[in-house]
Amino acid sequence: MIKNISNLGDAALYCDFGNEVNKSINSQVIKYFKSIKEKKFEGINNLTPSYNKLIISYDLKKTNFKEVKNYVENINAEYSIDINSKKLEIPVCCHENFSMDIKRLEEILKLSREKILENFLNKEYFCYMTGFIAGMPFLGDLDENMRAQRLETPRVKVPKGSVALTEQFANIYTFESPGGWNVLGNTPLDVFDSSKEDKPNLINPGDTVIFKEITLDQYKNYNEQ
Amino acid sequence: MSSNYLDIIRPGINTTFQDKGRDHLYHIGIPFSGAMDNRNYLIANKLVNNNLDSAVIEFAYQGPHIKYSGEKINFAVTGDVIFSIKKKDTEIEGNCYESYQIENGDEINIISTNKSVYGYLALGGEFDLKFQWNSCSINTKANIGSNDGKKLDEGQRINLKKINSNKDIKKTNYINTKIENIRVIKGTNFDYFSEEGKKIFYEKEFTVSKLSDRMGMRLEGPKIDNIVNTNIKSEGLIKGVIQVPADGNPIIMLSDHGTIGGYPKIGVVASVDYDRLVQMSPGSKIKFKEINLSDAETLFRLYEMETQNLLSQI
Repeated sequence: MIKNISNLGDAALYCDFGNEVNKSINSQVIKYFKSIKEKKFEGINNLTPSYNKLIISYDLKKTNFKEVKNYVENINAEYSIDINSKKLEIPVCCHENFSMDIKRLEEILKLSREKILENFLNKEYFCYMTGFIAGMPFLGDLDENMRAQRLETPRVKVPKGSVALTEQFANIYTFESPGGWNVLGNTPLDVFDSSKEDKPNLINPGDTVIFKEITLDQYKNYNEQ
Repeated sequence: MSSNYLDIIRPGINTTFQDKGRDHLYHIGIPFSGAMDNRNYLIANKLVNNNLDSAVIEFAYQGPHIKYSGEKINFAVTGDVIFSIKKKDTEIEGNCYESYQIENGDEINIISTNKSVYGYLALGGEFDLKFQWNSCSINTKANIGSNDGKKLDEGQRINLKKINSNKDIKKTNYINTKIENIRVIKGTNFDYFSEEGKKIFYEKEFTVSKLSDRMGMRLEGPKIDNIVNTNIKSEGLIKGVIQVPADGNPIIMLSDHGTIGGYPKIGVVASVDYDRLVQMSPGSKIKFKEINLSDAETLFRLYEMETQNLLSQI
């Protein structure tokens, strides 16, 4: 449930679902997100679900804080729509060509490369949200012994397809971008495709993702199959 | 083949096609984009008898130098811009907020914006552009929109699909006013900052840094001290949000911003001041002034009425 609604500036509602990050709170956020999106309230022009917040932007020419707040408070999101999520397998190549931060992770986590990959691969991760850059999924939760901080100095360019870790989360760089996460491997899949306007994101909030290891040869041949 | 087109002799620094932008895409990581200074965008279209949501050429600092080929067409420039029009044997200095007619072989040379950042060039007609999510606005970071999501380049040719039959020459007397203070509404993490930090935010002057673009405006000045946590759990952003990272220097989110961020939000720029904020060039001094939500709503309503008024007089 929404614990508190406040304003973020004069053209957005800030819906707070609590401070913890877990699947149950995030599922509530996604339920509200999907219900509001479905109902198309006049004037709402954007919705941003995240771990435990939902930001609702509106066109101040058409509506205002009071009207949107009243609408959200009276919406029945509890039973409206099921989450309708997918389970996806994402191929990832962790060859040294791609795992730019493996040494750093070995040092911070005090685990061998083999152990890090064993802990990371073949497990289910939940997609909490997508964004920052188009289509980037925020996946969790990593095992307790897999949690590392961001790089002290972010990279100016992280290659497209990089699979990277920070704290309890993993993500995928959908295109080349600056970034400070610890890069472990790379996927040959197009996780964001702007030519598919109705479904540009491969992974959406509520989906489950499993990383499966592929070899460098499989990686190179992946898009030719 | 189109017989009406522009050739880009010099593209300028950051020249893109922009329109009203795209909505309902924050949740997949795509921001609004669209013209940075919305009022000047609308006026530009009105001056050349276009629909108000038509695509225009937006430039920053130095604009493009273009050569036109085809039938007679009107154009207009808005903002605070220095430009010239080169006809067969004459070159004249152009005035903003006034439409001109050009013909085959004429050139428009947009030399620079004057103590401001963005200017707009509208042509009386329709560019032949690719739309993505109902907008041709170029987002160079995600490579979304027309021109493969890239800024305009030297030697490029841009075709026009249509030329307006209404070629009435229009003129208006608009002056881009500067404002002393940027009005802000308290942010959701305002209490993360020390009493001293809050005071600095509202009382001291900040300087717009060179590291500013369509994504964000970085400010430099006295450090704003955080006493709770320099990170928050990542959450949605909107344009105008002022985040303060660990180094204590505020960053204001602009039209091409990342949709999610993890720095505390000290404030949000009131919608009424957004058009004027984006025009503040590097080196400009900014002072913030707090207003409440209801004043922000009223001020925006008045600003919007003024915009409609301006448009109806053209």
